[in-house]
Amino acid sequence: MSVFKVNKTIEEINDKIKRGEAVVVNAEEMIDIVRKEGVIEAAKKVDVVTTGTFGTMCSSGALLNFGHTAPKIKAAKVWLNDVEAYGSLAAVDLYIGATAVRKGDPLNAVHPGRFEYGGGHVIEDLIARKPVRLVAEGYGTDCYPAKRIEMEIFIDDLREATLLNPRNAYQNYSVATNSTDKTIYTYMGVLKPHFANATYSSAGQLSPLLNDPFYLTIGIGTRIFLGGGVGYVIWHGTQHNPNEERNERGVPKTGAGALAVIGDMKQMNADFIKGASILGYGVSLSVGVGIPIPVLNEEIAFFTSVSDEEIDAYIFDYGHDYPLKIDNNYALTNYKELKSGFITINGKKVPTAPLSSYNGAMKIAETLKQWMLDKKFFLTKPSAPLPQSKDYEPLKYLKKYEKNL
Amino acid sequence: MISKKVVLRFPEEIAEKPLVSDICKKFNLTFNIMRANIFPRKEGILTLEISGEDNSFYKGIQYLKDNGVSISFVEESINRDESKCYHCGFCVAVCPTEALTITDRKTMRVDLFKDKCIACGYCVKVCPVKAMSLPEEF
Repeated sequence: MSVFKVNKTIEEINDKIKRGEAVVVNAEEMIDIVRKEGVIEAAKKVDVVTTGTFGTMCSSGALLNFGHTAPKIKAAKVWLNDVEAYGSLAAVDLYIGATAVRKGDPLNAVHPGRFEYGGGHVIEDLIARKPVRLVAEGYGTDCYPAKRIEMEIFIDDLREATLLNPRNAYQNYSVATNSTDKTIYTYMGVLKPHFANATYSSAGQLSPLLNDPFYLTIGIGTRIFLGGGVGYVIWHGTQHNPNEERNERGVPKTGAGALAVIGDMKQMNADFIKGASILGYGVSLSVGVGIPIPVLNEEIAFFTSVSDEEIDAYIFDYGHDYPLKIDNNYALTNYKELKSGFITINGKKVPTAPLSSYNGAMKIAETLKQWMLDKKFFLTKPSAPLPQSKDYEPLKYLKKYEKNL
Repeated sequence: MISKKVVLRFPEEIAEKPLVSDICKKFNLTFNIMRANIFPRKEGILTLEISGEDNSFYKGIQYLKDNGVSISFVEESINRDESKCYHCGFCVAVCPTEALTITDRKTMRVDLFKDKCIACGYCVKVCPVKAMSLPEEF
């Protein structure tokens, strides 16, 4: 006997998608549906909630196989457009990390460095079907005699081009500000002195793991939107921590969960994946990720109805505390305040700016919705769950929430 | 009434003439200095917002040109490549005049109001996808 009043299965929802009868809404639309109709009616009515996020995700990279050359080489060192890739995998496999910088980049010699080109840009160029210059060096063996090759590669000529990102779609993120006397250049953007601005980086109410805070539907094997193509969740993201502090809706107040994802770069689209140059910090990759959440019961309807004011985030000082690893915060804010353009720090009104594109996240959630309406995309049941939170009990947070209404 | 932000470039030969002061007296214009710079070869760059009656404004601009000042209008200079911009918001954090800002708090699209731009170039440096550009003379 199920503890839920509404009980649906992934198979039933997939059948509805196949018949063109599935009700698919994005996570922003779900907020109003649940407010108007309640969790039970919403769970009966809505089959899938689509989510999205589109921001710089440094823990990303591409696994490429460039095929054997004549004569063959066991490529030990590899550069793509002068950006070094990792070649210590077989002969012609390589992994290029998003944050690798180009050979000869002045870095921060003249601070703040511009970081014009790097691994993230190589990935974007490949996806945009631009030619990329590959240089490889080997030490020469009897079976792989070549010691150096130079060639131009195109994504369509590669045997495999796979995006393989160890940590994407962080569940939540810190808000950054700067208490010091100097402007600082961080991965959270340019932070002006004396708390003159603050930045944040989450799609809030549209973000995948904020809509499934206990990883009840998203797990290993979940089919997703990745960079404009179809991808999969393959593991929990590095640093995944399900036991972080949560609010009264069960939503973590800090990073908490994260996902490792994989996808075929040949299907991807440079509108949803972009090399990023972050002033004074380095190179990265902006990745578009969208995840469908099947509304299997009223608890999932409840979780997917989370709105910006119900998602909290701590404010941290990236000028002083963060670099020294001092555990200190400047109060809790929420995404409604952050998105309004101002927050309050120490009684002072501080302008905010986003770093993650809500606009892009919405495009992703809508694209994913369209894929299902077009009967091109179907849901998957995870083959194993992500590491779970000790805090979860079925209906615990929904009951708590309803009591407080 | 007209009010526009302009970038004036003074070659070395005229750097010592009080041309901006002239246009105020001759054409009854007012100005607000946004940025001023002198380069090693004594060439000067001045970003001003000049205001006055329509007719006088253009006469004043013509007067500066006749005296060897090269002029560009800021709002015609800043450019955003819409195919690259993905509305992340990095630029919003640094733009000093809210020329780059978010007005629609539902869609969170980043707006560009060219008339507010002072061509400081912060957005050009900070844009992670290099969507923002200014011509080289800025």
